[in-house]
Amino acid sequence: MADVYILGIDMTRFGRYPDRTFAQLGGEAALMALDDCGLGARDVQIMYCGTVFGAYEMTGQAIMREIGQTGIPVTNIVNACASGASAFREAWLAVKSGVYNVALAVGVEKTPRGMLGGGAETGIPLEGLFGSASMPAVFAESGTEHAAKYGTTFAQFAKVSVKNHHHSTMNPKSFYQMETPLEQVMGAEMIAYPNTKLMCSVNVDGAAAAVLVSERKARELGLSRAIRVRASALQSDPWNPSNPMMPDVNTVTRLAAKSAYEQAGIGPEDVSLVELHDCFATAELLHYENLGLCGEGQAGEFIDAGETTLGGKVPVNVSGGLLSKGHPLGATGIANMYEVSLHLRGEAGARQVEGAKIGLTHVVGLGTASAVHVLEKA
Amino acid sequence: MAQPETGPIAAKPHIKFDPDGKPFIEAHRCRACGAVTADARLACPACASRDGFDAFRVKQTGKLIAYSIVKRSYPGIATPFVSAIAAFDGGLALKANLVGVGFEPEAIAPNIEVRLTFNEALGRTDAEGRAYVGYQFEPQKS
Ligand SMILES: [Zn+2]
Repeated sequence: MADVYILGIDMTRFGRYPDRTFAQLGGEAALMALDDCGLGARDVQIMYCGTVFGAYEMTGQAIMREIGQTGIPVTNIVNACASGASAFREAWLAVKSGVYNVALAVGVEKTPRGMLGGGAETGIPLEGLFGSASMPAVFAESGTEHAAKYGTTFAQFAKVSVKNHHHSTMNPKSFYQMETPLEQVMGAEMIAYPNTKLMCSVNVDGAAAAVLVSERKARELGLSRAIRVRASALQSDPWNPSNPMMPDVNTVTRLAAKSAYEQAGIGPEDVSLVELHDCFATAELLHYENLGLCGEGQAGEFIDAGETTLGGKVPVNVSGGLLSKGHPLGATGIANMYEVSLHLRGEAGARQVEGAKIGLTHVVGLGTASAVHVLEKA
Repeated sequence: MAQPETGPIAAKPHIKFDPDGKPFIEAHRCRACGAVTADARLACPACASRDGFDAFRVKQTGKLIAYSIVKRSYPGIATPFVSAIAAFDGGLALKANLVGVGFEPEAIAPNIEVRLTFNEALGRTDAEGRAYVGYQFEPQKS
């Protein structure tokens, strides 16, 4: 089957936009992505919109009301923090199948402030009685499980935030642009050990969009800035004896990574850079192993050696990641692809990963979904 | 086993009561593959078999899998507390507070042996003023 290409891709700066609607944010990103490849709303044949908190409001159709109501099929996708990547994948499938030549995928979010997680409670509150359902605690538990197996330390987890905040100082679209030395990260307010406040992703608003086209269309419009989608994988969590008491972000990521590497016909050693789901600092280290970037139990040493910092063996989250760039749930998946595309095009400025040829993006939607995409310069 | 007519209410559906009102944890084991779940499913999540499940009484001894010392939670929830997941002997993983270990990470050994004990759900009552039964984990005395 012919390849699918990203021809245009862009994102809004992540931040706080209390006066803007989902449709305005998503519409802005959509127009930016269309401008990036010289197309217009009339060229789009099918559209998918990924959002969590906008899922009940037909946000995809509302975006079309902002950018051009051409009457094309529009589907809204909700898949927790994998919503944007899932919308992208539906667009990829629509083009890959040969039914459509031009598809638009938009991820958009206005994220509530405060701590996410929990759920419906009846009778009495269960938080603090049966442990914690807050996201910082849930991902802290994933971290201490790794620590119990391999001796991973608080400082090693904290180094993830030092690195990602450092990367964000080179990204004008990041919410934060600040250096956070190790003692500052470790000394910040403890939310849920070992995650301090600076080790939790920041709840922001924002949008990202991508224009996907068929190989025929890409050749017609020019391949000079096109990005080839080498793999698109989406998996759900398989059976695990601890599930659902403890969400298993590891196995689902490993399944998605395996599928993606097989589709692309490559291994982790071929990847120039990675944008992965650092919703909490503890999570990033687990995903080094889940994505095969280092050996089992070696994530702590891997970050100690600086292998995932810009200039290292495989830079991870050079955008600043969810920890610093921000995590507008539905927008995150496509924003990751935007970052990788910048590097593959050689347009990433001060944070450019030199000679980037292949990039990998990863998200986890708790509940649980994982999407992994492999992108390559055409 | 039916809930006692009067007396505390189970704060989780897998907390059941003996005829004399003593609480225990009930889980379900797949007849085909032995996978254990707290609640019975339509089919087995591990092997998809529809052979059904056998309910059994969960052992109260197990091992810590993971924890977090929670210093900030939702508004109105008292902190600190230790949120923990433990796997119990013979099957079933549960999540609850780990008590009796303090709030310093150095004092919480990985994979310690724990015992499940029942409690009065921190004295929390519902809108009708009814009391509840919950559970917690404690380190096993060595
Ligand atoms: Zn089974």
